[in-house]
Amino acid sequence: MRPGWEAVIGMEVHAQLSTRSKMFCTCSSDYLAAEPNAHVCEVCLGLPGALPVANGKAVEQVIRTALALNCKIAEHSKFDRKNYFYPDLPKGYQISQYDMPLSLTGWVDIPGRRVRITRVHLEEDTGKLVHAGDALATAQESLVDLNRAGVPLMEIVSEPDLTSADEARDYAQTLRAVLRAIGASEAEMEKGQLRAEANVSVRKAGAVELGVKTELKNINSFRSLHRAVEFEIDRQIEVLESGGEIVQETRGWSEPDQRTFSQRRKEFADDYRYFPEPDLPPLTIDPVWVEGIREALPELPHVRSKRLVEVHGITEFDAGLLVQEGATADLFEATVAAGAPAKPVANWMISHQPELDAARLAELVNLVVGGTINRDQALEVMAQAQRDGSRPGDVVRDKGLAQVSDEGALGEVIGAVIAEFPQAAADFRSGNQRALGALLAEVKKKTDGRANMKLASQLLRDSLKES
Amino acid sequence: MLARLGLEAEEEDYYAQQLSGILEHIGRLGELDTDSIKPTAQAVPLEARLRQDQPEPGLTQEQALANAPERRSGFFVVKAIQDPEP
Amino acid sequence: MSALHEEGLVQLHRLLVDREVSAAEVLDDQLAAIERREPEVHAYLRLTDELARAQAAEADRRLAAGDGVGALTGIPVALKDVLCVAGVETTAGSKILRGYRPPTDATVVRRLREAGAVFLGMTNCDEFAMGSSTENSSYGPTRNPVDARRVPGGSSGGSAAAVGAGEAVVSLGTDTGGSIRQPAALCGVVGVKPTYGRVSRFGLIAFASSLDQVGPFARSVADAAHVLQAISGLDPRDATSADRPADLLGELEGGVEGMRLGVPREYFEIEGMETGVRVAVEQALAALERAGAELVEVSLPHTDYGLAAYYIIAPAEASSNLARFDSVRYGMRDESATNLLETYLRTRRHGFGPEVRRRVMLGTYALSAGYYDAYYLKAQKVRTLIAQDFTAAFEHCDAIVSATSPCVAFPLGAKTEDPLQMYLNDVLTLPASLAGLPGVSLPCGSSWNLPVGLQVLAPQWEDARALRVARAFEALQVSQPQPSGEGSR
Repeated sequence: MRPGWEAVIGMEVHAQLSTRSKMFCTCSSDYLAAEPNAHVCEVCLGLPGALPVANGKAVEQVIRTALALNCKIAEHSKFDRKNYFYPDLPKGYQISQYDMPLSLTGWVDIPGRRVRITRVHLEEDTGKLVHAGDALATAQESLVDLNRAGVPLMEIVSEPDLTSADEARDYAQTLRAVLRAIGASEAEMEKGQLRAEANVSVRKAGAVELGVKTELKNINSFRSLHRAVEFEIDRQIEVLESGGEIVQETRGWSEPDQRTFSQRRKEFADDYRYFPEPDLPPLTIDPVWVEGIREALPELPHVRSKRLVEVHGITEFDAGLLVQEGATADLFEATVAAGAPAKPVANWMISHQPELDAARLAELVNLVVGGTINRDQALEVMAQAQRDGSRPGDVVRDKGLAQVSDEGALGEVIGAVIAEFPQAAADFRSGNQRALGALLAEVKKKTDGRANMKLASQLLRDSLKES
Repeated sequence: MLARLGLEAEEEDYYAQQLSGILEHIGRLGELDTDSIKPTAQAVPLEARLRQDQPEPGLTQEQALANAPERRSGFFVVKAIQDPEP
Repeated sequence: MSALHEEGLVQLHRLLVDREVSAAEVLDDQLAAIERREPEVHAYLRLTDELARAQAAEADRRLAAGDGVGALTGIPVALKDVLCVAGVETTAGSKILRGYRPPTDATVVRRLREAGAVFLGMTNCDEFAMGSSTENSSYGPTRNPVDARRVPGGSSGGSAAAVGAGEAVVSLGTDTGGSIRQPAALCGVVGVKPTYGRVSRFGLIAFASSLDQVGPFARSVADAAHVLQAISGLDPRDATSADRPADLLGELEGGVEGMRLGVPREYFEIEGMETGVRVAVEQALAALERAGAELVEVSLPHTDYGLAAYYIIAPAEASSNLARFDSVRYGMRDESATNLLETYLRTRRHGFGPEVRRRVMLGTYALSAGYYDAYYLKAQKVRTLIAQDFTAAFEHCDAIVSATSPCVAFPLGAKTEDPLQMYLNDVLTLPASLAGLPGVSLPCGSSWNLPVGLQVLAPQWEDARALRVARAFEALQVSQPQPSGEGSR
């Protein structure tokens, strides 16, 4: 960020909830691979006379999320109608929550900051539009698919506590990890299961008053989120520094152009004419139910991350990556419990994403740590074990993969290589370090890749010094 | 405009005149002091019943599209949308 | 014996069960009666005779086998055009839904179907049930079977007229602010608006969701009770339907002796109360007193505000409920438009009639930013006051008795230019709707040879009590009401 300025960022994150059926009807919510308009019924099509009935599991998922985000759960809540016309909104209103959301005021920690959560509420997703032609603005007509209409959607609103593109991205990633850890959402941004909108404004460093904000939409990945926020902060600062004014508006993120663009000016506030949904009685949330959900919550990612650092001595950075997926952290801990050292396990998992059970992964890591096989061989072993479920030790034995760590045998190969490439040997001796690499490659070649490269490197240096 | 009713200018006058009579009658609500009164959204106190998360077959694509003014390849078709998404 | 179509449900049921007549014969007689009366009355928007014949044949099979026979098996029923019938054009009296065929039955329709009823057709109504005269139908008005120059009331005018004219044994209507009770009064038949939540609204094309209820029309209280019993009960597809099973028939003959009947002072003093109506209702009260009821004066002090509160709440809900008619998934589309916004505007401009547009405008206004508190929220608070009035009154009485409508059937066209005058027809029925109460309207004499309706209101869920009082009064009448216009003359 340019010196003298600071950014103020609040986020609105929508997440599709993990449920089997839709929010207000019994259609399957597993619509991703379905034919258009084949996961629909009277209710989600908005046919005349159809009525909504709320899905208890969706309410539970919101409560679970809200608890994980340290929010207060409302005892009394209700649904409201948000009225507007758009062809992906079959009823002409979205059932949402306005002034009595399921939960209020919580917080979540991201690296270096505690972010306050304003509210978490429950609503329904819209359908999808396909624009014939190219862009929305020029398409002559659009196609409407309502399979997604009515899928349970949760909105998590933060206070404007974030101050940089990094923090905006970290916040979204933290939410994703939490949602996945508690099983509330698959939260895949690329699949549209997690959608982030950022409200961005800038002000002179130390200023108290907030600047005019813009709302960023159409963000499909954490990377785009980072870039969009970064671009927008710079854009706003440039506008203000050149004497211009920021217009309150919605701006889209264009992936091809890597810039934000004006979508809709908010000169008049939207008038959604919210009113209580008369088709749904108000909700009374049983505190006993809430306590039950709270007690069943798994360890949350940031708590787990701290514990992994403390117990296993891995770095915060590695721990942060491992807890992004609950299953990954589970595998890490099980592998360590199976007798492999923590740091190499973490390294291997982060670098190579093994799909092995803990016993096999521990065996594999131990073969590497113990010097039996080198990295390339280990990758080969891992591939085979993943393919047919063999034990890594058996693969090494059957394929004769064990690396050559015998000093005598390696010494012979090294002697032969030096004899064969005297010029390279001479270059190294006269200070050309790169020549060592060329000689090592020859050693690797002559041993069919089985040489213990660490040992070979040491022996080669020694031989070159001696002769 | 919010209601998307497409009124012409002379109709607006006609409706405005009729509605002003109704609004005048409605204005009598202002006579009542309701500061301490709770609003009623539903007259009969009902308990919310939450549904089990159990998917059931809905309509077929053909049933879903049967009443559509225009359809193609399993989709509903609408004319050019010029407003961006709300 | 009078013609079959003049019989009531209870009598026909007996004849059917005893195999003295077949359901097919009952239907034939009914269709013949429709053919005679329909050109004058125009109660129906469309007949479903093919479906009816199939249902009558099925009913006869059941009756012959003595299996699955209930009170409604083989009984010809008419359905208001706001109740979805699978595969049958259902338009809510609106041009915008011309040709719309729902994929599924409304829950009440399914229940009647399963009970073996025979569907005669869809009856005329004010567009989207908005009106008090059935003149707001996109398909022409229905006429009062007692006097064809006059309206049948509304919005369920077609269903009331069909039963009144002997064009159906019983029928279903819907009541939002009086749309069953008022036309029942004007056509001289029995109409019942149940407690909100007793009957499922699933498949009822919504007008105002917090007020709409489905209920029966019949020529006797017992017939109406049978139909209501058949359609009542919890529906998993309607979150506002209640699990409050009730026996609506068991206490029907219990009489009024020892009952305290509340007479609300304000209901006799309202603007536009016709003398003939007041006199007929006072005579009815006297008769009930002679039958052993105790008349108690009660007060409903916020009566004057009911209309105002209703005309905010109902249009507000309607403005939202009618947003779905956007010509994307169903319904009329104006093809002259070149973009989506024009499609919306032109379709809704040409698809909706003036009263619907008026109410959508009013409701949109009442919910819009800056007006919400002054209108919608205020109306909801007044709704509380009106409900409290009834709660207080019911501390002193078991049921409340009054006129249903302050006036008798009025000539066609008399009130179409002045919406407020039209709305005032419903001042005696609206408050009970706002409070979610059950109400029955039944004939109580006449004024200028036109039927007057007596309204009986009971506390929430006491539908059986309202029916019992109504039945007691009905039993006091010298003669049972007959289908008007033929046979009985």
